[in-house]
Order: sequence, then C-alpha cells, then structure tokens
Amino acid sequence: MKRNLFSFILFLFVLQQANGQLYYTKNGSISFFSKSPLQDIEADNNQVISVLNIQSGQIEFSLLNNAFHFPKAKMEEDFNENYIESDTYPRSSFKGTLININKVDFTKDGNYPVMVKGDLTIHGITKNITANGAIIISKATISAYSSFTVFVKDYDIKIPTIVSNKISEKIQIKINCSYQKK
Amino acid sequence: MRFPPILAIIALSSLSSAAFAQDSTELLRELIHESEINKTNYIENTFKYTRVVDGHSIVNLPAHVLDVRISHRFDPINSGLYNFLGLDAAVMRLGFDYGITNNIMIGAGHSVYQKTYDAFFKIRLLKQSTGEVNMPLSLSFVPTIAINTLKQFNAEKTLFSDRVSWVMQLLIAKKFSEKFSLQLMPTFIHADKISFAHVDLNIAAIGFAATRRISKRLNINGEYYYRLNDNGSAAHNVLSFGIDLGTGGHVFQLHFTNSIGMTEKSFISETTNQWEDGNILFGFNISRVFQLKKKHY
Repeated sequence: MKRNLFSFILFLFVLQQANGQLYYTKNGSISFFSKSPLQDIEADNNQVISVLNIQSGQIEFSLLNNAFHFPKAKMEEDFNENYIESDTYPRSSFKGTLININKVDFTKDGNYPVMVKGDLTIHGITKNITANGAIIISKATISAYSSFTVFVKDYDIKIPTIVSNKISEKIQIKINCSYQKK
Repeated sequence: MRFPPILAIIALSSLSSAAFAQDSTELLRELIHESEINKTNYIENTFKYTRVVDGHSIVNLPAHVLDVRISHRFDPINSGLYNFLGLDAAVMRLGFDYGITNNIMIGAGHSVYQKTYDAFFKIRLLKQSTGEVNMPLSLSFVPTIAINTLKQFNAEKTLFSDRVSWVMQLLIAKKFSEKFSLQLMPTFIHADKISFAHVDLNIAAIGFAATRRISKRLNINGEYYYRLNDNGSAAHNVLSFGIDLGTGGHVFQLHFTNSIGMTEKSFISETTNQWEDGNILFGFNISRVFQLKKKHY
C-alpha cells in the first residue's frame, strides 16, 4: 500500500514535470516569399499556434491558411482560391523534433543553433523535412527561428504556365515564434 | 496489487514519456479549439466576380482595388453569315469600378448603346457567415443611375429629367456549397421618358441568378429577370448564360444573352430580342484589377 502510494506520488510528480516542459504561443509569425522575374510575393501570418516541449524537443505548429495576408487583395484571393485551396485544406501544420535539444541551455541567455526534423503538411500533403533553425534565450524568453525552402510541386500545388514568371516554384518560409510557459 | 518497485518505475517512465508525447499534441489541439471557438467565418466568393452576366452579383471589390471593365455585345447570331453571325457589329461599355472599403464599392461607365452614362453604389449590408455569428445569407443594396444622352429631334422640349433613369436593387445571395450559389434580385426601376415606349415608367422586377463552379478557373452562370408590370410594352424578359474564365491576370466573361443594353434599366426593362426567335447575342466582358493602395494589416 505504502509502495503504491509512493508510486502514485512519483507519478504525479513526473506528470507535473511533464507539464512544466511545455511552452506555447498563439501569435507566432510565419511568412513566405516567392521571388520571380516579374514580381516578388510576400505574405505574413501572425496567428500561428505553436507548442514546444523543451525537454523532449518536440515542436508543433498549426496555422490557418486564410490568415496569410498579402499586399494585394487579388494575390490573397488567388492564394486561397486557386493554390492553397483554403476551403478544402484550412490548415497547414508541422509536427517534429528539435534533434539537438540537449545542446540548448534554457537557463542561460544565448543563440543556440538547432536542427529540426519532422512532418510538414501543406495542401493535404505531408512530407518529411529537415531544417536549420535557432533557439534564442533572452531574459528567460524562449524564441524559435527558422528559414527553409519548399517546392510547391512537392505539395501538389500547380502553377499555370501563364503565371509561371510571376510565381516561383521555390518558396522560402520564415518562422519567428516567442513562447510562453504553459 | 503488489508489484516490485523496479516495475513501477519502468511503468512510470514509460507512462511519463507517453505523457510528454501526448501533452504537446493535446495542448496544440486545445489551443486550436480555443482559437476557433469564438470566431466568425465569413463566406467568400459566393459568385466569382462582381457581375453575374449583365447584372450585379453579391461580390464586392476589395478596398482600394480598381477594376477596369470593357464589355461588348455583338449583333444577334441569327443576323446571318453575311453579318458574320452578328460579330460584324458591336456595342460596348467602358466602366471603372472601385472598392472604397471591403463593403462599399462605386462604379461609373459609358455605353455606346443610347450614349448612356451610368453610375452605381454597391453597399453590403449582411455577409453570410458561420461560427460565432451565424448568418444564413448575404444582402447588398445597389442603387444605379443612368442618363441617356442621345441627341433628340425635339431637343428643346426634352428636359434633362426626361433622360434620367434610376434603379434600386436588393441582392439576396446564398452560397449553398463550394460549387453552387443562388441569388435573388428584387428590383425597382424608374425609367426615363426618351429611351423606350414604356406603359409604366415605374417597373418592378424580380431577378434570379445562379453560379456553378466547374473548376478553379471556370464558372457557369445564369441570370433571368422577370418583370412584374409594364406588360403592354414591346419588352421581353432578359435571360443570359455565361462563363467566367480567370487567366491569372485578366478575367473574361463570355455570354449569350437577349439584351443589347448593359445598364440595369436597359437590360431588365427594355430588352426587345427574344430567345425563342433566335435573337441571341454573343458578348464578353474583360476585366482587369489594379491594387491602387497596398493593403494594411
């Protein structure tokens, strides 16, 4: 009985600890760039939801595609209607792990390079990707940065020939999230 | 109920790692749910463009967007091969529309037909939505004014007020699915005195419009206006079918209709051609939008 009680308390303790490792944000920022001969397109989304477990290194992102804002209304409409198809695929997400999380000292300010590996889901298609990034600890605030490139054809997004010199096949994605403790 | 402590620790450690794995995903799910619970999702693209064929659709131009529209109507197809199935002759309307806000747009244009100048407002009153605010349909108000500037034989007897007509329209639209939307258009027309021999100058009509999405860049539209009075005049009800073709930059709307006029008063109350006689006109609109001011967000 005593042993069971001990186990139970230990279990609660471990569970408590597990919760203590979780950080989140509801207004992370993800932007993307398309550079092509005729026009550059930049879109921002500042309502990204992300969760980071600083012990296991598990990191997840989820965003609403129609929360990307473009400089031109027509671009935003085309993006939602013709390319990302927001009505059918409302969200894009990422679920992965910071491989070298143990190199990050969360108690000490600094810029820690990290590598993230996981599944990126866009337009209903999931691909395993690896990207470089950084965890920045500054005055007890945890921020995550990353920049990587995806190819639209990997996610079954077709760009008609007629606009192929206006939209790049290669899209650069930038991530910037500041986390708070759960 | 007794088991060795080592087993308990193994069980615990596996449990706790399970807790890790579950917790971040669960927290994410919780946060997503939280972000969606008090949100209103507005229904966009009930129709593809701001016009169905001749008449207005529920769609407004976004704020600070200028739309340059050039519309053509050719002669009736049954005018024969000598007339190249009507394509030898055309009337056109040049128009400029502008989105003041996302819910208020204005427009003005000039038509060759009866040398008409026209201007309109399109004001959105309700927008179909789900979620926190659940609105089953969209509603807009469209007042239009048109001035026939054709030279009159008895010019000195024609007052300016005799040339002016105006139209009040309500657009009631509902998107039923990604592929299908319907629109009702109760319409009141005050016709001018010089364009047409009306029995009643004040004409009520009800319009019906539908759109069917075929692919990302192709829609099929239909539009019909039923006049409730002015039955003694030579006018017939207007019926039009068209397709919307997006090309990435320009938008083409190709259609078949029995009307030659492209302003509300003319196509609703002064259409003299009839489908059953084969007096069908081919026509097309070309539209190109320009973002005049960058969006703020």
